[in-house]
Amino acid sequence: MTLQEGLAVSEAVTARKPASRRGARLGFGNWLLPLYAIIAFVFLLIPIAYTFAFSFNDSVKSNIVWRGFTFDKWLNVCDQIDVCVAFGNSLIIGISATIVATILGTMIAIALVRYRFRFRAGISLLLFLPMATPEVVLGAGLAAEFLGAGVQKGLGTIIIAHIMFCVSFVVVTVKARVSTLDPALEEAGRDLYGSPNQVFWRITFPLLLPGIIAAALLSFALSFDDFIITNFNAGTTNTFPKYIYISAARGIPAEANVIASAVFLLAIILVLISQISSALKRKRLAAAGG
Amino acid sequence: MAFSAFATGTAKEQAPRRKSKIALLLLLPGILYLMLFFLVPLVSLVITSFQQPIPYGDIGEFQNAFKWENYVEVVNTYGEHIFRSFAYAILATIFALLFSYPLAYFIGVKARRWPLLQNLMLVLVIAPFFISFLLRTLAWKSILSDESFVISGLKALSLMAPDAHFTGTPAAVVFGLTYNFIPFMTLPLYSTLERLDTRLLEAGSDLYSKPAMTFFKVTLPLSMTGIVSGVLLTFIPAAGDYINASRDFLGGTGTQMIGNVIESNFLVTLNYPAAAALSIILMAVILVMVTVYVKRSGTEDLL
Repeated sequence: MTLQEGLAVSEAVTARKPASRRGARLGFGNWLLPLYAIIAFVFLLIPIAYTFAFSFNDSVKSNIVWRGFTFDKWLNVCDQIDVCVAFGNSLIIGISATIVATILGTMIAIALVRYRFRFRAGISLLLFLPMATPEVVLGAGLAAEFLGAGVQKGLGTIIIAHIMFCVSFVVVTVKARVSTLDPALEEAGRDLYGSPNQVFWRITFPLLLPGIIAAALLSFALSFDDFIITNFNAGTTNTFPKYIYISAARGIPAEANVIASAVFLLAIILVLISQISSALKRKRLAAAGG
Repeated sequence: MAFSAFATGTAKEQAPRRKSKIALLLLLPGILYLMLFFLVPLVSLVITSFQQPIPYGDIGEFQNAFKWENYVEVVNTYGEHIFRSFAYAILATIFALLFSYPLAYFIGVKARRWPLLQNLMLVLVIAPFFISFLLRTLAWKSILSDESFVISGLKALSLMAPDAHFTGTPAAVVFGLTYNFIPFMTLPLYSTLERLDTRLLEAGSDLYSKPAMTFFKVTLPLSMTGIVSGVLLTFIPAAGDYINASRDFLGGTGTQMIGNVIESNFLVTLNYPAAAALSIILMAVILVMVTVYVKRSGTEDLL
């Protein structure tokens, strides 16, 4: 290659580069993707907006036709006593299942990251499979077990079922947190003559807490919204999703929309608070560091 | 995502062996629980699937046997439902992937400069999870019912035949499955695309590659782990779902899936062996499909 040729090539390259950049900037890719994202979010939120709007519907029995705006359903949710009972059951089940699943799952997560033991692959598989099994198989399996053992289905069997499918999710969530922990912190605790107990409760546990809380919230959300596994193991006990399933044929009362909307708002507020507080913390850390 | 979280290779070996007693204490309660309420139920499903009715017994009374004909019987009776479940689930998975990829790309790559916006968009993606699964499906049923302005609008524009329906059709079931499992697809896609090194894309364009070519040669292969996780997380629950296909929700008489017949056999007609055999078939087909898919897409370390 002669010098001239080389210069020409390098000129062509440098001349082409800004042109291609400008082309990309003016290209349709730059506004098409944000526009698509906006449309996608609107699509995702449509049923939520619908459910929320119809919680204000002045409906009589079924809640399909818009009959006018009212706050009544929000103020007198428990006029439809069945909805309230079902909601109460869902809360009891969600809280009990969350507490047990979080404890069991956290213990497993700590063991998986911190200790060596045999049958590791088998245990990983046992934790992974419940997440890869369709809910209807999990539900029918437990129901077959209860049937064989002659166990009466009810609140207790629902809680047993919910703990089962929450444990794996807790392990995944907490494990992610355990593996980011710096073992040097615990070592420092031991070097300073902290007993194993003190080291765990003063150092390990507080550092794990955000992961544990996230796992608990996830468990509660999974338990609260579960229908398929619950349906197989509920007997005559009603939960909030089961109530909706049963009443779907004859129409859902607006009170159910009120409860769903209230839960939605609460969850969104919780998530936003945690997002904003962690963003502020990052900013503070960045300010302190720089 | 969830599927890679249990990869055994990542385990840090930082603790000495003598502590294995503590490990045992930590593991035992949870592992026993899963054995008792996950493994034993699977075994009892297998046992139930071979049972036969007690002679002169009531409805729902069965005794242990080895009646493998149960499997032949359910395949003959419900072959259509089994086929339909996997067809709907595959379609829903494809649609969810097509819907989610650009969205995840926008959140994970384009919005990288604004972390707060990124987080807010992630909240929007998971927002449907916070409203009851059944209520959001019923909301679509109302929005897309024959009297709704969406459908009557389409009919007025002659985009739909005047006597056509949307709810109750296979299209409506696939639509519902797609909508309900979109977050399961978007989140794993986001988490791989978020780590995508954009310098590689620049390298592609520096080497005179057209944007489409860069996408297929660089971006897509690099996001394969996210695609595989998303496909599995969408396909598995979609294949077993029976809410969307149920007659009171988006389905009709001709859209019943395997989940619907497992439910009606188990809870309505009390034909436990049929329900158990169907569950085992569903689980087996899913395991085979997942294994083949993971092997073929070359991401075996996921499992």
